[in-house]
Amino acid sequence: MGPSGAGKTTLLALLAGLDKPTSGRVWLCDEELTALDEDGRAQLRGRHVGFVFQSFHLVSSLSALENVMLPLELAGDGQARRLATEALTGIGLEHRLSHYPKQLSGGEKQRVAIARASVTRPRVLFADEPTGNLDTASGERIAELLFRLNQELSTTLVLVTHDRTLAARCDRVLELEAGRLVA
Amino acid sequence: MSSSLRFSLRTLRRDFRAGELTVLVTAMVIAVTAMTAVAFFADRVGRAVKAQASEVLAADLVIRSARQIDSGILARAAEMGLETARTLSFPTVVISGESSSLAAVQAVSEGYPLRGRLLVAARMFGPAEEAEQVPESGTAWAEPGLLARLDIEPGDEITVGARDFRITRVLQFKPDQSVSFINLAPGLLINIDDIPATEVVRPGSRVTWRQMFAGPEKRIEAFAAKIKPTLQQDASIRGVEEAGEQINAAIDKAQRFLTLASLVTVILAAVATAMAARRYALRHLDTVALLKSIGASQAFVQRGMLVQLIVVVLGTTLAGTLTGYGAQLVLAWILADTINVALPGAAPDTALLGFLTAVTIAVGFAMPHLLALKSTAPLRVLRRDLPPPPLRSGVTYAVAVTALLIMIYLIVRDLAMVLLVSAGLAGMSLLAAAIGWILIRGLARFRGAAGVAWRYGLANISRRGAESVVQIIAFGLGLMVLLLLTVVRNDLLSNWKDSLPEDAPNYFLINIPPEYWTGIADMVDSELGTRPDFLPMIRGRITHIKGVPVAEIDFSSPQGAGFVRREANLSWSARLPASNEVRSGEWWGEQYSGAMQVSLEQGVARSLDVSVGDTIGFNVGGEEFSAPVTSIRFVDWDSFQPNFYVMLSPGEVSELPQTYLSSLYVPPQRRDLLNQLVRAFPGVTVIDMEVIIGQVRQVMDRASMAVQYVFLFTLLAGVTVLLAAIQITRDERRFESALLHTLGASRRKILQGVAVEFIVLGGLAGILAALGATSVGWLLAERVFNLDYTISPTLWLSGLFFGSAIVGITGTLATRKAVNEPPVAVLRDN
Repeated sequence: MGPSGAGKTTLLALLAGLDKPTSGRVWLCDEELTALDEDGRAQLRGRHVGFVFQSFHLVSSLSALENVMLPLELAGDGQARRLATEALTGIGLEHRLSHYPKQLSGGEKQRVAIARASVTRPRVLFADEPTGNLDTASGERIAELLFRLNQELSTTLVLVTHDRTLAARCDRVLELEAGRLVA
Repeated sequence: MSSSLRFSLRTLRRDFRAGELTVLVTAMVIAVTAMTAVAFFADRVGRAVKAQASEVLAADLVIRSARQIDSGILARAAEMGLETARTLSFPTVVISGESSSLAAVQAVSEGYPLRGRLLVAARMFGPAEEAEQVPESGTAWAEPGLLARLDIEPGDEITVGARDFRITRVLQFKPDQSVSFINLAPGLLINIDDIPATEVVRPGSRVTWRQMFAGPEKRIEAFAAKIKPTLQQDASIRGVEEAGEQINAAIDKAQRFLTLASLVTVILAAVATAMAARRYALRHLDTVALLKSIGASQAFVQRGMLVQLIVVVLGTTLAGTLTGYGAQLVLAWILADTINVALPGAAPDTALLGFLTAVTIAVGFAMPHLLALKSTAPLRVLRRDLPPPPLRSGVTYAVAVTALLIMIYLIVRDLAMVLLVSAGLAGMSLLAAAIGWILIRGLARFRGAAGVAWRYGLANISRRGAESVVQIIAFGLGLMVLLLLTVVRNDLLSNWKDSLPEDAPNYFLINIPPEYWTGIADMVDSELGTRPDFLPMIRGRITHIKGVPVAEIDFSSPQGAGFVRREANLSWSARLPASNEVRSGEWWGEQYSGAMQVSLEQGVARSLDVSVGDTIGFNVGGEEFSAPVTSIRFVDWDSFQPNFYVMLSPGEVSELPQTYLSSLYVPPQRRDLLNQLVRAFPGVTVIDMEVIIGQVRQVMDRASMAVQYVFLFTLLAGVTVLLAAIQITRDERRFESALLHTLGASRRKILQGVAVEFIVLGGLAGILAALGATSVGWLLAERVFNLDYTISPTLWLSGLFFGSAIVGITGTLATRKAVNEPPVAVLRDN
């Protein structure tokens, strides 16, 4: 948690190995991120990390199903289609498999994004303001889904948010202010 | 299928459908089309000529001479069992009723042609059949062109000199007909036994004897080796190999020229490709960042981009080569009358050139942008404001331009020419950029001139200054060349016509034997009231220069080599002709009658590398002599007076066989006089200058139409640059017009602003094009043609009109979609 400019996103980027710290070291799933090169970090993310973004970041040229298949295919999983179909069915989107992002509502887009982030059963799921672009009702459904997956897949969920009620549902809340941990 | 392959193909397919690749693909297809169209066409003509080379001679070996061939040679051929035939050809005027025409008469002996076939038809445009024999005595076969000029058909009579012939066939094809770009005299085939009765051939007449031989290759070679040393000096011997050379050289030249013209197209297309690829890459930054954030390696991204590039290259090669094939059909159609030869089908390996073009453009201009994507920071998924990865494209572009130039060089094979054209192009672009910049800066003053749409449009041009300059140049270049080829060419031609004196001679009489002088002079005097002058004309060959036989000289200029290869027309005179000026040395005096001296025209002197004091050896009718060059002359060819490259001093020269030449101005209503002249003095050849100018003009029209056609692709490439630039600014335009909508501007108003922007941009390109075309036109007029050049308002008006119209319409249409999007959707996206 923290106000705009507090460094939440920077911290998330460092944790996921999307960025490199100017000093210090970062470990993720027993590996030292700061010692890996860019491809090494990408590989590590592919194996252990899932992402959910505020602005969904679906690939517009791919259908919902293809978007979910993407991380599996990158990891060379031969069962990509089956697993992705299951994942989308599991979150109630079985009727949207062949729809393209621009044919989906905001809430649906974010559910596809969550399916994509969780389909590889990652050990850590990073979510950057996952409800920030959604109306209250959709936001609640998304939060519900995230915490359900957190339970079902025993995935660590790292959530960046402004929303105190959302934060209150987490096991641990860290507060940032001007780049420092304050609580 | 690997995931990167599948992913990239899927993305490509969707991007293609969404129109993201339209400009890039169109630009590449245009480049491939331009290159392959020229290559297909040149290849077809080249092969047609090669296939004909053995037939061009109508024999395996031909001895050509101005005189009959020594009978010893014929006896030797008979001994060796070779087939022989003989032809005699000369230009002359043929008459039918009230009309007359210059014709290339070829009189042939039994057995002609020894190789190839004669195709004839019973009537004009009738079905062709192979002729079994040569025309019987008293009959003639005429080419369609001759029948048309005389307005006659088979069955009618025609007069050659003192003999009448009945036309029995239409001559459609003879193997040794000239494959030249200018056919001044349509052909007439008669039997060689009829020649004496025509009384046309006299000593010193312009005639060519061809003695033809055919037989097994080995025997022909042995025969050629044996007779070469015994040949008369003025005879030339040609085998199958030499036959096609000259024509090939002409075709080569045409191909080089058209290829260089396509170079401009390819470079503009490359610019459009680079711009479109940059836009494509920018559109994919987010996707690549996302892929990398969920585990894709740099190699994955790179592979994906390469797959896309390969598909684009293959697709554009295929599409471009197909359109190139279609385009060359049009080129062949435009030039059909001019080349005068049946073309074989196109060779598939020309597609390779299309592939090379596509690869060079894709690798050199699109790949740097696409491959730079692999270093996109994955952090972009969280921070969209991160700048795109830096592009080190300067070096790649340089390599790509070099690759393009190498490719062009391989076709053109003239380094100096390629460098000159590219330097010229670069220089012109820089100059155009400077002028474009000034024009755009100048626009600022006019911003307040009209309403808000006007201001918005002009502001857009100034704000995107650099892009506007690129668009103006890209479009202006193509337009400039087209203006040059249409408006400026016509202006120059009419200026030239105006510069001719009213009574410039319009008819030349040649082959006049001395005994006709008085008769002709009297007839012209009584009919037209002027006495014509007669100039001697001697047919001869240059055999030695500075004591060295010409066969041993390696001429640096092809003109020089050509000049000594053929028989030249020499003349002599005591006075320096009116339209001549001595540039170095001294003219012999009017009373001069000493040892023979030579005066050369300056162009010929230069191409033969001869200056005052050098000696030149001649062979005239078998007689050999040499003389020193004592003067070099400038000749004003525009005077239309008869003039000669080589002139000799009076005296001994009068002993040589010669005929006379005269020129006349015959008013149109007195053309009947020419028929009277030809009937009264058989053997005198009348050359109608208007027909010749008409023919030359027709060839020029056709050739420039072909060049215009090739430059049409340049214009199209210019349009793709425009579209690429519009595409780059599309997101910005969408956002801006949405903003203007919300501020209360009507769609109409915004669209008006856009239209103003493109119409003005096109107008600026038009001004630039007109400026360029005027400068080049002025340079050509002043420096090359010595004409006064008047600035033509048509040129400026057409530049402005076509520039504004084409750019205005294309630009507005291409932007309309961005303007028409509902503002809510656009603003929400941002």
